[in-house]
Amino acid sequence: MASANCPECEGDVALGDDAMQGEIVSCPDCGVELELVSTSPPKLEPAPEEEEDWGE
Amino acid sequence: MKIGILLSRIRVEEKLLIKEIERRGIEHELIDDRQLVLDLAERSLQGFDVVIERCVNHSRALYALRILADWGVPTVNTYTVAEVCGNKLLTSSALQREGVPQPRVKVAFTPESALDAMEEMGYPVVLKPGVGSWGRLLAKVNDREAAEAVLEHKQLLGSYHHSIFYIQEYVRKPGRDIRAFVVGNETVAAIYRNSPHWITNTARGGSAEPCEITPELNELCVRAGHAVGGGVVAVDVLECPERGFLVNEVNYTMEFRNSIEPTGVDIPARLVDYALAVGRREVVPA
Repeated sequence: MASANCPECEGDVALGDDAMQGEIVSCPDCGVELELVSTSPPKLEPAPEEEEDWGE
Repeated sequence: MKIGILLSRIRVEEKLLIKEIERRGIEHELIDDRQLVLDLAERSLQGFDVVIERCVNHSRALYALRILADWGVPTVNTYTVAEVCGNKLLTSSALQREGVPQPRVKVAFTPESALDAMEEMGYPVVLKPGVGSWGRLLAKVNDREAAEAVLEHKQLLGSYHHSIFYIQEYVRKPGRDIRAFVVGNETVAAIYRNSPHWITNTARGGSAEPCEITPELNELCVRAGHAVGGGVVAVDVLECPERGFLVNEVNYTMEFRNSIEPTGVDIPARLVDYALAVGRREVVPA
């Protein structure tokens, strides 16, 4: 199973075999919300912050 | 059949939808609204039998759906549904027109008139932004002093949206509300969202529990769905001790990750079924 470094705490974030670009995951160590911005190689970036018109 | 999925990010819901579409072997393409450029004259987004809208931003969903509708591209949901559901005032207006029971709502445009409205309605009373979701910027106002403070803050928030005062009756619900999922003409699943807090979103810690879909609940939620234009919507229902079920709001980019397991209903599959029917022109939403 692939994994990538958390850009916030350097923790190791395991990625599922079906991980998709643009997918949102949480760092198990620091809990920050991350976005998988590329799958090969796997790269994580902090996910965009909630904005005023976000929702359902 | 080719399905487009218009999205901002891939959350649990989008992944479930993508997997369901892949499982059925249907051609599909993800459309990231962060890279999307819509050339109005060039009709730059073509080749889709239907586009499922999953934007996290209401504004992006609204305008993308408007332009796709102009191009004749069927979408789930439609621009009309997004416009109505994305604004609590328009939702309440639509529910009122169709006679769907809802908490009492007043609208005012100045702090002074809003304060008068709140005083007449009596405390506690709920103040909500017209556009907003996930329980954001809701205020349960318990007395006049709090009302004056919140109204002043809202006026200073800058955007004119915050000077349209949506004032809703506070309903003394039994520590929970109901989230019901409507697909076309059927309420396919419903959960209770239990929470000691008056805001019950599961994203804020509300816990999900299955809710029986009685004929009464089904009929109310389908009517609410039709009132806002139909399609695939999540209806939030309050259980008022005096008046029974009241529709609190309707959501058009519904989140369902916490509702599949307690209900045993494959909600993403039902959503894809509906989208395919729209793509085959078997269903033509408003």
